[in-house]
Amino acid sequence: MQVFGENWLVVGLMTISAFAMGMTLLILNWIVAPSKPSPVKGAPYESGVPDVSPVRPRYTPRFYVVAMLFVIFDIEAIFIYPWAVNFDVLSRYGFLAMVIFIFLLLDGYIYAWKKGALEWV
Amino acid sequence: MENDQPLWLTFIVAFVLMNVLLVGMAYMTWFERKVIGAFQDRLGPTRTGPAGLLQPIADGIKLLGKEDLIPRAADKVVFYFAPLIVFVTAIVGVAVIPFGGTVEIFGRDVNLFITDINVGALFIFAFSGIGVYGIILGAWSSANRYSLLGGLRSAAQVVSYEIILGLSLVGIFILSGSLNLRDILARQQEPLELGPLEISNWFILSQPLAFIIFLIAAVAETNRAPFDLPEAETELVSGFHTEYSAFRFSFYFLGEYISMIVVSLFASTLFLGGTDGPGSDRYWGLGVLWLLAKTILFLFFYVWLRATLPRFRFDQLMGVAWKVLLPLVLVNIVITSFIRLAANEGIPTGWWWVIGAGGAVLLVILVVQLFTSERESSAAPATVRQP
Repeated sequence: MQVFGENWLVVGLMTISAFAMGMTLLILNWIVAPSKPSPVKGAPYESGVPDVSPVRPRYTPRFYVVAMLFVIFDIEAIFIYPWAVNFDVLSRYGFLAMVIFIFLLLDGYIYAWKKGALEWV
Repeated sequence: MENDQPLWLTFIVAFVLMNVLLVGMAYMTWFERKVIGAFQDRLGPTRTGPAGLLQPIADGIKLLGKEDLIPRAADKVVFYFAPLIVFVTAIVGVAVIPFGGTVEIFGRDVNLFITDINVGALFIFAFSGIGVYGIILGAWSSANRYSLLGGLRSAAQVVSYEIILGLSLVGIFILSGSLNLRDILARQQEPLELGPLEISNWFILSQPLAFIIFLIAAVAETNRAPFDLPEAETELVSGFHTEYSAFRFSFYFLGEYISMIVVSLFASTLFLGGTDGPGSDRYWGLGVLWLLAKTILFLFFYVWLRATLPRFRFDQLMGVAWKVLLPLVLVNIVITSFIRLAANEGIPTGWWWVIGAGGAVLLVILVVQLFTSERESSAAPATVRQP
């Protein structure tokens, strides 16, 4: 059995070397490529038409609703994972508890559905 | 089985694997262009080298020689580093994929896996989750409305499908009792007797519904057609990477293709027995080849989808995730756990009535709620809709 820390050390090293790989490519790009900036090149892309409206536009608040739903169900997933791994140990009690938990969750889910939180208009 | 190998050896394996992944990604683009060419009755790349095999290298060199443009209004620091986040998180995901056990190469025992983390599956989800930051930060820092919309769409899509992806695997975790991919792999090598036949007990056999849901969610998670809404060319120019050029631009593509490869490796490990196959217990090379073959099968499936299906509309995309797939995965969890419980303990005859009645009561409550309570916004006066 490898030591706990060593496993994560390798992940850390891998992250660093992937980052280094990426930086190397970027630096190579920086050395090789020409650099002739001009006002037109620096303008935001708008099919060649001068841009008039603000560049960070307003967008629908639906994205925030999705974010909230995500938080709820992701926490649920985090609850379910340890339960699933220990399913054989928890046995009947665990099963019953999880059925009730999923039932309550589905209850809330139906509420959200009825409220129109899942509709995208 | 376990082997305390020195850290430098693990790191060499990791480094080799990372480079293999990069080359694999480059040739994935070649493979995709060839396959799509075949689908559309044309040849794909042919000019660069035999059968266009040098095309990815030519593309890479071309991108290296391009000017790295930065929009005037951009947030420079974020704009610089956002593509790297996508690239790094995509590549690190491969760390937990087992390519085999411990084998002897040049007289040394080498582990054919990089790390043996006990939360391997969660690790992959975590890193694909962090990858979204790269997309949304890059989109926001570009100061372009198409980029921003593409990035927001991508974030909404990836987080929605991440839940589906995560929950679809719970059945496997129940059956294998572990989040460690090596344990899951070992569990699938236990033989299953089907009359005279004896086959490996791959999880696709016991979790077919989860497999289908996982496939759909994985395609959406990697922003691929038909779920490539974030880069819908017809509406958003090219989505979150509109303002990117040169190698910074290609990092987004590297990230996308690498995460396709990693997800395919992950799916083969979870559902198709990974390195398991005829002869893989005797020769480790065969095991790696089996894993590769299964991965290429998934990658072909990706390309096939792209060549066949038109793009979804965004409301359809979110509707499928929240209204169809989410209830299905929850049902899958309950059914799998119930069957597992019944198989483990055996249910006394009298209890079947109690269980059936309890389940029916819960179901009736849910159905009644579904059909009684009114949707409130339908009564509200029509509001001005944001486009």
